[in-house]
Amino acid sequence: MSTAATTHAPDDHAHAHDDHHYDPGFWRKWVFSTDHKMIGIQYGTTGLAFLFAGFCLMMIMRWQLAHPGDAVPVIGGLLQAIFGSAAFQTDAHGHAGMLTADGYNAFGAMHGTIMVFFGIVPVAFAAFGNFVVPLQIGAIDMTFPKINMASFWCFFISCIFMVVSFFVPGGAMKSGWTAYPPLSIMADAGPLNHFIMNGQTLWGLGMVFNITASLLGSVNFIATIIQLRAPGMTWMRLPFFVWAQFVTAFLLLLAFPPLESAAVMQIMDRAFGSSFFMPTGLVVGGHPAHWSGGGSPILWQHLFWFLAHPEVYVLILPGIGMVAEVIANNTRKPLYGYKAMVGAILVLGFLSFIVWAHHMYMTGMGAKVAGFFQVTTIMISVPSVILVTALMLSLWGGSIRFTVPMLFATAFLPMFGIGGLTGIPLAFNAVDLYLHDTYYIIGHFHYVVAPGTIFAIFAGVYHWYPKATGRMLNEFLGKMHFWLSLIFINGVFFPMFLQGMAGVHRRWYDGGATYEQLITPVIHWNNFMSVSAFLLGAAQLPFIVNFFWSLVAGRKASDNPWDATTVEWDTPTPPPHGNFIKDISVHRGPYEYSVPGADKDFTPQTEAPKSDRPPGVGVAGPIATHPH
Amino acid sequence: MQIPHEVTARPDTGLYNAKLGIWLFLASEVMLFGGLFSGYIFLRMGAEEGYWPHGLLNVPVGAMNTAILILSSVTVVLAWASLKMRKFAAYKLWMGISILCGAIFLIVKLAYEWPQKFEHFGAFIKQDALAKYEPMLGNRHVEEENKKPGHTKIDPRVEISGHLHEVEITADPAEKEKLEAFLHRHELEAKAEEHDAKLQVIEGKHLTPGVAEDLSKLPGVRLVAFQLALDPVNAAPDDAESDKPHFWYKGATEKIGKIEAEDVESWSAFVPKHSPYFAVYFTITGLHGLHVLAGVLIMLYFWLPIEGGANMFKRNPEHLANRVEVVGLFWHFVDLVWIFVFPIFYLL
Amino acid sequence: MSDSHDHGKSAAPAAPHDSAAPTELGHDAHHNMLLGLYWGVGGGLLLATAFTVYLSYQDFGSRNANIMVGMMVATIKVGFVAAIFMHLKGEKWTIWKFLLFTMFFATGLFMLTWLHYADPIFGTSHNNH
Repeated sequence: MSTAATTHAPDDHAHAHDDHHYDPGFWRKWVFSTDHKMIGIQYGTTGLAFLFAGFCLMMIMRWQLAHPGDAVPVIGGLLQAIFGSAAFQTDAHGHAGMLTADGYNAFGAMHGTIMVFFGIVPVAFAAFGNFVVPLQIGAIDMTFPKINMASFWCFFISCIFMVVSFFVPGGAMKSGWTAYPPLSIMADAGPLNHFIMNGQTLWGLGMVFNITASLLGSVNFIATIIQLRAPGMTWMRLPFFVWAQFVTAFLLLLAFPPLESAAVMQIMDRAFGSSFFMPTGLVVGGHPAHWSGGGSPILWQHLFWFLAHPEVYVLILPGIGMVAEVIANNTRKPLYGYKAMVGAILVLGFLSFIVWAHHMYMTGMGAKVAGFFQVTTIMISVPSVILVTALMLSLWGGSIRFTVPMLFATAFLPMFGIGGLTGIPLAFNAVDLYLHDTYYIIGHFHYVVAPGTIFAIFAGVYHWYPKATGRMLNEFLGKMHFWLSLIFINGVFFPMFLQGMAGVHRRWYDGGATYEQLITPVIHWNNFMSVSAFLLGAAQLPFIVNFFWSLVAGRKASDNPWDATTVEWDTPTPPPHGNFIKDISVHRGPYEYSVPGADKDFTPQTEAPKSDRPPGVGVAGPIATHPH
Repeated sequence: MQIPHEVTARPDTGLYNAKLGIWLFLASEVMLFGGLFSGYIFLRMGAEEGYWPHGLLNVPVGAMNTAILILSSVTVVLAWASLKMRKFAAYKLWMGISILCGAIFLIVKLAYEWPQKFEHFGAFIKQDALAKYEPMLGNRHVEEENKKPGHTKIDPRVEISGHLHEVEITADPAEKEKLEAFLHRHELEAKAEEHDAKLQVIEGKHLTPGVAEDLSKLPGVRLVAFQLALDPVNAAPDDAESDKPHFWYKGATEKIGKIEAEDVESWSAFVPKHSPYFAVYFTITGLHGLHVLAGVLIMLYFWLPIEGGANMFKRNPEHLANRVEVVGLFWHFVDLVWIFVFPIFYLL
Repeated sequence: MSDSHDHGKSAAPAAPHDSAAPTELGHDAHHNMLLGLYWGVGGGLLLATAFTVYLSYQDFGSRNANIMVGMMVATIKVGFVAAIFMHLKGEKWTIWKFLLFTMFFATGLFMLTWLHYADPIFGTSHNNH
C-alpha cells in the first residue's frame, strides 16, 4: 500500500498486490464500499429487486386487464392491506383487492418508471459497468471510488422516494412514466394534499436524485475508460462491451440533465404554483385551473423526450455489449466486423440525440419538422442494423457452445430484431398517428427492452456470475429458466401487435371491455397475454432459486471458466481489492479465439507474444498508443 | 492502493483524472442549464404580449453581483497560479477573497434581492377590464408611442403592481372568530368601510401579499379590492419616463391605487406563481445559487488548514494545486452561467 | 476516439510536473506574465459588464435586435472566461472533443424553441387566449 506515493507513474501498478491484507471492516466492505465490484453488486441486487417489483406491478395490472372488476385472487386482501384503499377496493362480489382505476394508473406509471430508471439502467449500465469495465480494461478501480460510492447512495435515496410514494395519501404518481402535464401537475396537487408527500412530487424528487446518481456514475465511467486503461490497452483493443458502456455513459452524461431541469420545473409547478407547463386559461372539470398560466405542456414533452430517446439507447447498448462478449466467447471466434460495430455504436450514440420529437408527432408538428425527425429516425436504424447484423454474422461458422449465457444471447438477436423492425413503421408520422398510444407501441418497445435487454442482462448474469461469486450457476435450472422465459415472454408481447393494429389503446383500464364491439376480434388475447405473464413470472422462480442456491452450493468456478480472452478473466475468482495480483499489460485485441497456430483456441489479451518476437516489437509499448 | 494519474497526467491524454472528471461534469452542467435556458426561451417566445415583464429587477445590485463574481473568478485563478509558484501566503489571500466574494454574492441574493420580491404585489388585469384601469395603465399612451416609427415597441400594460397597503373583504359573521384570530396573529387591524357597511378594510404593516393570500383562503372571507402604493409605471403611466426600464431601481411611489378583485385575472407577490418570468427567474437563480453555495463550501474546504485542504501544501503542493484548479474550473463555470443570467433577467 | 491527437499545445502552468521538484525561476517569470493576463481579462470583463448595461438602455430598433446585441456581448465575455480563466485555449484535444459534442447537443436543445414556433401548424394552434 503506497501511502505518500502521489507521483505515481502510469506503469506503477506494482503496489496493487500487497493489498491482500486489506480489511476495511464490515461497513466499509459491504455497505459503504468504494470498491467498484461491491458497488456493481449493490447496484445489481437493488436493480434486480426493482425489476422483479416492477414485474409484479405489471402482473397485477394484467389480472385487471383480463378480469376487469374482479378482485385479485388469493393475495387480493393482502394487497389492499398494503397499498390502501386508493389503489385497491372491494369488488362487486365482496372480495377485497380489486385494482381501482387510480391504482391501475399508478401501477402503470410506476411500472414504467421502475423498469426503466430503477431496473434496467442500474443493472445493465451501473451494475455490469461497475463490475466488468475496470476489470476488462485492466484497472485497479474506478478513477473516483468515493464518487462511485456517492453515486450508489444517491441512487439508493431515489429508490426510497419511489417506494415511499406508493404509501402516501393518494398513492404513487398516476400520469404515466412520461409524466405529461397538465395531468402530472394537477394530480394530487392543491390544498388538500401535502406539498411534498404526494406521489407525483416524490416522483420528481426521486428522479432528481436518480439523475444525479447516473451523472456521478457516467463521469466516473468515462474518466476510467479514458484514464485507467492498462498499458497496451489501446482504443481498438477494448472489448466491445467497454465501447458500449463508453457511449452509454456519454448518453447519460448529456441527455439526462435536461430531464433533471424539467423535473425541477415540475416540482416548482406542483409545490410553488408556478406555470412552466400550465397553459393560460386551462379549464378542468368545468372550473378554471388556479395556475396563473403562460406555460406550455409541450415544453415538458420536448425536455422529457430529449432525455428519453437517448434513454432508449442507454437501455439497449449495454445489452448489445454483453451479448457481443457472450457471442464471441461461445462461438470461439472473433466478432465479425469489430471496427464497423464500434463505428456504428458511436454513430448511434450521436444520432440518438436528434430523433427525440418522433415521440411527439401527435402534438401537431408541421411537415418540415416532422420530415426532419422522420429522416433522422430512419437514419438511426442503419447503425442498429449494422450491430445486429454483425452479431448474426459472428455466429456463422462458429463452433457454438450452447451454454446458458449463449442461449440468452442467441435469443436476444431475433427478439431485438422484432423490436427494432416493428419500430420502423412508427418512424413515419402517417403510420404513427394511427398506432400512437396503442398496444402496438407497447409491443414494440417491450420487444426491445424485455426479451431484448433483459435477456441480455440474463446472459450477462450467467456469464459473469462465476467471476463475481466464485461459483457457477446451475446449468439445468438455467436452461429451464431460459426456455420457459423465451416461450412465455413471446406469449405476452406478440399479441400486443395484433391488438395494437386493431386499435386497442394502451391506457384502457378495463382491457377494452367498454369498447368491446370495436375490438371484438382481438379482445380475447387479453386472457392469453395475462396467463403468459403469470407463467413468465413463474418461469423466473428457477432463476431466483438458482441465484441464491448457487451462492452457497454452486460448483466452484475456476479463474477462467469460459476460456475467455478478455482481461477480467485474468484475475483471481472472485477478484480481490485492487483486482489484479500481477502487472497487467495488453498485447492483442479482445477476441483472439481459434487463432491458427496457437496452442489453444483462445489467446488472452494479456498473454505476452511468443518469444520469437522480442517483447515490445510489433505490439504496443507500455503506454497505449493509437494505431491512427 | 493508489489510483493512477490522481496527480500526474497520463502521458497519452495529458490529463490528470480530476481535470477530465470536472470537464465531463461541466459538460453535463451545460446540458442542465441548457434545459433551463431553453425553457426560458420557450416560455418567453410563447408569452402573450405584455405578460413578459421588464425592468422589475434591481439592475445596479445585479451588476454589482456580476462584478463580484468576475472578481472572484480572477482571484481563484490567481490562487491556483500562486500554488503553482509555491507561494502559500498568496494562495491563502486570493482563495480567501474568492470565498468572501462568493459569500457576499449569496448574501445579496438571499437577504436582499429575493425578499424584496416576496413583498412586492402584482395583479394582472382581465382583458375586458383593462379600459377601466386606463389611468393606471396608460395603454392609450402606449399605442400613441408605438405609432412612432423606428423604435422598439412598448408592450401593452396588463399588470398593476406596487406595495399592498390594505385589502377590502366581506366576511361571514358566522366565521368571525377565525378571522379575528388570524388578524391578531398577523398584527392586522380591521375597520368598517365608510361607504359600504358590508365591507371591512384590513390594514397593517405586516400585510404582505402572502398574508393576503392566506386571508383570502379563510372560511367565509371574500376579497373585494386591493389598495396599493403604485409602482412608478402605474403612478404616472403617460409619462415618457415610464416607457422604458431604468437603471436605478425605484420602489413604489406615494400614489395609492385601488383594484377591484373581480377585475383581476391573477394576483400574487413576485414569486414563482406570479408568471413564467418569475418562475424561471427563481428556478435559474436558485439553482445557480446552489452552485455558488457548493463552490464556496468546497473552496472553504481547500482553504482551511485541514487534511485534504491547505495542509496538503506541505505534503504535496501539486495535488493541492490540482484540487484548486478543479474547483476553479467549477467556479468559472458558475461565473459563466451568471454572465448569461444577468442580461436575460435584469436587462433584456 | 483517440487521445494521441494531443498537440502538446497546453499552456505551461497546466503541464504537470513533479510535485517534489523545486520551482524554477523561469517558471515564475512565466506565471507573473500570466498574472497580468488574468487581471487584464478580469478588468476587461468588468468593463464589458458595464458596456452590457449601457447597451441595454440603447434602442436598436426592435426587441429582437436588442436581445441579439446583449447576447453577443455576453457570448464574447463567456468566451474569454472559458478561453483564459478555464484554460480552454490550449486545452487537451480529449476535452475539446466532448465539449464540441456537448455544444452541438445543447444547440439541438435550444432548437426545440425554433421547432415549436417556426412551424406553421404549431403557429396556428398555439394561440391560447
